[in-house]
Amino acid sequence: MSTTLNLKLKIWRQESPEAPGRFHEFAANDISEDMSFLEMLDVINEQLNEQGIDPIEFDHDCREGICGTCGVMINGQAHGPEKATTTCQLHMRKFSDGDEIVIEPWRANGFPVVRDLVVDRSAFDTIVQAGGYISVNTGAAPDANLMLIPKDASDAAMDAAECIGCGACVAACPNSAAQLFTSAKIEHLNLVPQGQAERWRRTENMVETMEDFFGSCTNHGECHEACPKEISLDYIAYMNRDYLKSKLKNRKLAGQG
Amino acid sequence: MAATTTSRSGVTPLRSQPRRPLPWPIQFYRSAVGKKWVMAITGFMLLGFIITHMLGNFKAYLGPEDLNVYGESLRDLGGHLVPRTHLLWIMRAGLAGAFALHIFSAYSLVHLGRKANPKASFVSGQKSYADDQNFVAANFASRTMRWTGPIILLYLFYHLADLTWGWWPWVEYHRGYPYENLVSSLDNWPIAVLYIAANTALAVHIYHGIWSAFQSMGVNNPRINAARKQISGAIAGAILIGNLSFPIMVQAGVLEVAS
Repeated sequence: MSTTLNLKLKIWRQESPEAPGRFHEFAANDISEDMSFLEMLDVINEQLNEQGIDPIEFDHDCREGICGTCGVMINGQAHGPEKATTTCQLHMRKFSDGDEIVIEPWRANGFPVVRDLVVDRSAFDTIVQAGGYISVNTGAAPDANLMLIPKDASDAAMDAAECIGCGACVAACPNSAAQLFTSAKIEHLNLVPQGQAERWRRTENMVETMEDFFGSCTNHGECHEACPKEISLDYIAYMNRDYLKSKLKNRKLAGQG
Repeated sequence: MAATTTSRSGVTPLRSQPRRPLPWPIQFYRSAVGKKWVMAITGFMLLGFIITHMLGNFKAYLGPEDLNVYGESLRDLGGHLVPRTHLLWIMRAGLAGAFALHIFSAYSLVHLGRKANPKASFVSGQKSYADDQNFVAANFASRTMRWTGPIILLYLFYHLADLTWGWWPWVEYHRGYPYENLVSSLDNWPIAVLYIAANTALAVHIYHGIWSAFQSMGVNNPRINAARKQISGAIAGAILIGNLSFPIMVQAGVLEVAS
């Protein structure tokens, strides 16, 4: 027998990117504490449908915390109050009866609001595209352990590769900087042998593309706290170091200037 | 990456980079990461000055003669190898250059942060969520860098006018007698309070500054990572205690002009 919650929701509603948005209040009654946060929004949308009101738009896909599609600001915290948890994995038992919950989209000029709680995160795609490719042999699968990688290097690269690109780091950052995302995407390749051939070109292009859309890091550390995958601030330091090196080493070869 | 990808024209860049080849140091400085490097390097230069300045001032505790001789030997740096005060002026020029670069980089980074944020005020450069953003990691020092910075700049002008140029009528100023000038100035309690407040701001600025500089310069190694914040705290604390000792000791009458 699970208990139920009665909540007061303040949700940001915005018709289109240009339209001015504002908060609407909704009452969420008889919410099971076993629901996920998105299931709670589903219930509200069902009720809105019955009343003939447009449902609240929000991004979601896998609902198991691995795709990076969902994400809203919940009471001023990206992905809500629980650490290392995406919005879809946040459960209503983290709230108590009678709470007021403020739900806002990610705020950053690099993430324009599409509608309600949905923001356009294509700037992240542009950064990843700027990274380009890595050179590997294709064809038959290579023998295991043909390429020697120290365990700690592969561990660090895998920790960076955990990034799901949800954008919580930018949303939580007082400067709307995308350093944590970009450094994770750069360093998961820079730390292993497979990423060395294009290392300096990738670092230079991705950092400069990032700066076309987002602010500058002031080392508050908010991004790491908001990150559902707990990406470490260490990668930002690695990126800063690699960027200086890329400026020295990413030379054009003869005739390619 | 998120599964849904809408049209790529949706987001307008904050700025566009000219891709024509510039010399690399200029290209490097044009980027925000490059500016953070410049802020870190100039920050360490200024920190070096602050520590040297404080250690030099400790000579005041040895007596008026020691501090005044110390001041004179700064002007006489290089002995008979270079003309008097020339070496000092070269050092002052380097310091002024570092200061200018530090402030200008900070200003342009704040400007970039403001462009990246909706509803951001210029001074704080920070965005605001309707429900106040719940800061988890950002501490008082990191959020007030943009306030403590200008406070230090204003204080620097006051301090130079006070003890280098001798502008203020309420201080009995004698060129070449730093000890007497110091005591004459800090003997007024409002000035002592001002020095205490400004030096507290300086220590707060340095606390976040040193840690931030480690990050900006990519000084990141598991052996020292745990100690980075402690190192910043220890240096900032030492500077705070050292610098606050002067106004407090003058007020307490430990440093006084023998009459």
